[in-house]
Amino acid sequence: MHRILAIVERELRRFKRSPMLIVMSMIMPLVQLVVLGYAFGGNVKHLKVAIVDQDHGVPAIKIREMAQAASSGARTIDTIEYADPGQALNDLRNGRVNGVLTIPPEFSRRVLQKNQPRVALVADNTDTFVSVALASTVSAMLGAYNQPATAARIPGQATLDVVEVYPYVPYVQYLLPGSICMSIFMMVMIGGGIIFIDDKARGLHEGYLVTPISKLELIAGFNLSGTIKAVLSGFVLMTVGSLIAGVPNPFEVMRLFRLFVVIVATAFCLISLMFLLMVRVTDPLLPRAMFGVLNTVLYFPSGAVYPQQGFPAWMQAIAAVDPFTYAVHAFKSLLLRNTGFEAIYGDLGYLLVFSIISMSAATMLFRRTL
Amino acid sequence: MNAIEVNNIVKKFGDFTAVNGVSFAVEDGEIFGLLGPNGAGKSTLIRMLTTLMPPTSGTATVNGHDIVKEADGVRRSIGVIPQAMTSDLELSVNENLLIFAKLYGVPRDRRKKLIASLLEAVELTQWADKQVKNLSGGMRRRVEIARGLVHEPRIFFLDEPTTGLDPVSRVAVWEMLQKIKQHRDLTILITTHYMDEADKLCDRIAIVDHGELKALDSPLKLKASIPGKNVIEVSFADPPPDWRTTIERLPGVEGVTEEDHVFRIASASGPATTTALMEAAAQMRVPVRSLSIQSTTLDDVFVHYAGRALRDALQAATPQDSPFMIRRG
Repeated sequence: MHRILAIVERELRRFKRSPMLIVMSMIMPLVQLVVLGYAFGGNVKHLKVAIVDQDHGVPAIKIREMAQAASSGARTIDTIEYADPGQALNDLRNGRVNGVLTIPPEFSRRVLQKNQPRVALVADNTDTFVSVALASTVSAMLGAYNQPATAARIPGQATLDVVEVYPYVPYVQYLLPGSICMSIFMMVMIGGGIIFIDDKARGLHEGYLVTPISKLELIAGFNLSGTIKAVLSGFVLMTVGSLIAGVPNPFEVMRLFRLFVVIVATAFCLISLMFLLMVRVTDPLLPRAMFGVLNTVLYFPSGAVYPQQGFPAWMQAIAAVDPFTYAVHAFKSLLLRNTGFEAIYGDLGYLLVFSIISMSAATMLFRRTL
Repeated sequence: MNAIEVNNIVKKFGDFTAVNGVSFAVEDGEIFGLLGPNGAGKSTLIRMLTTLMPPTSGTATVNGHDIVKEADGVRRSIGVIPQAMTSDLELSVNENLLIFAKLYGVPRDRRKKLIASLLEAVELTQWADKQVKNLSGGMRRRVEIARGLVHEPRIFFLDEPTTGLDPVSRVAVWEMLQKIKQHRDLTILITTHYMDEADKLCDRIAIVDHGELKALDSPLKLKASIPGKNVIEVSFADPPPDWRTTIERLPGVEGVTEEDHVFRIASASGPATTTALMEAAAQMRVPVRSLSIQSTTLDDVFVHYAGRALRDALQAATPQDSPFMIRRG
């Protein structure tokens, strides 16, 4: 045990003298949290819609008035009147407007005849978010248009009442669990993997190998010191990130304790995985090259930025074994739902089993000789 | 009991044989040198003896422990200074020693005293709290020497400890090693490609080249074992074809080698041979470019046994390192 502690002491003394390491490990996750959180979290606004009224009847005027109301109310759309439908379509193709709402010449007559009156929305679908928002706004507008002038006293149609269990969760809060995982991963890679291989290349490990230290003691020492560093990074990011994202009651003691347990389990799991990957590596460039690939493979399938239910089958298979998946799930449970341990036992169990398997494999693969 | 015994040890890397059937024994308490040029197999040999590399065949024991079967026993008995500087640059001198004392399980009550005495021995007491990255190359090497001795090993391995150091630092390292040796029951195995280092430090020297042991004895006996008491090195501008035969007939000459009109003459009487050589050159009108006369050195011993000059070493060395710097043209 004294040898494990000697390695931990050495690593932590070095870590203490490199404060930039912890700053660097948190910059990217924090920037990502703020930029992505606020970039994706808001509603789409001020979409330019060309209105081509070829009818000019009273019903058509009502449609135009409703469009203008949407423009000055929710500001989802900004309307521009066009007389020439060809010019409107040309501007759509050139990206000057996002959609063209055409009211055809027979619209008013068909309304009065109740003969399938139609308006057309030609949308620029190169941006799915924009076209979906546009279609949704115009559909809502037409839904309102189709409402009878006087509503029935007792509605005969079925309606849906949605009850949200938790307060509104902005996207920046949704991203926070993934950002915590990423800060842990960054520290694991920079403060664990890259330093480990650099030390190896500099010959520092020769110093260890000529002592009577065992393979298990070496791996355990590196894992323990890496875990401590990653826990520090993860906990700081969790605290700062909670304040930025506006997580309710961020300093509730029991929740902080549960979060600490998940951070420790995640850090130990990721450092074990990292040493398994690095145990036979000698080229200092390799961990740097692997960094981006690993980040992508672990982070994006985890459900940190998008629900896993939307993934293709092969990506769901990656997500099923990805330790990030379980860490992100556990952090979401604690941060967004404020659950207890009973909701995350499975996640903690997976992270623990993954750690034990990775550490055992790394110990077996570790070479006691040069 | 010998401190180190090596029996017919071989190390192969694929088709390349780095160490080829080397056998020797190092007696308790002696300073034993492995001398050879870069790539001779010295480091591979030391890595096998320090358990960093398994041998392909053959056996060796260190402090009575087999290097393969009782590797931990070997590790407990030895201190090792690898060729590369392996101290932690971010840690202080004291911290470097402390961490290794803990790795070796030196009891808490002895650590402080031991580290203090080692720092004093390598004259780094006043630098104890400085980060290693702020020290010079020579001081870093002294940190490593102290680190290698922090658990009081019985056998100390140093792999080219003075490579890359300036001449003053090299001499300082030699003196410290000799001082440390005086106060401890220590056997030292040192590899070097510096002839003067081996000559000054070692009780016995094994000359290694191409992975094979070429000669083994004390520096004095090795020097006495080759022909000539002096070596005359003389360069001629345009010697006639039979010039070497002429030189071989001069008084006192025991052997002549030639390379690019540079003749190395082993002589039993340097002054007599030199006088006769100058007279012969004047008579035959052969212009002399340069001439030097030296007592026999380990360099001559190496050339005699290994059959070629230490080109790698000479290229890296400063003029003070070798009296045989050849200036041509």
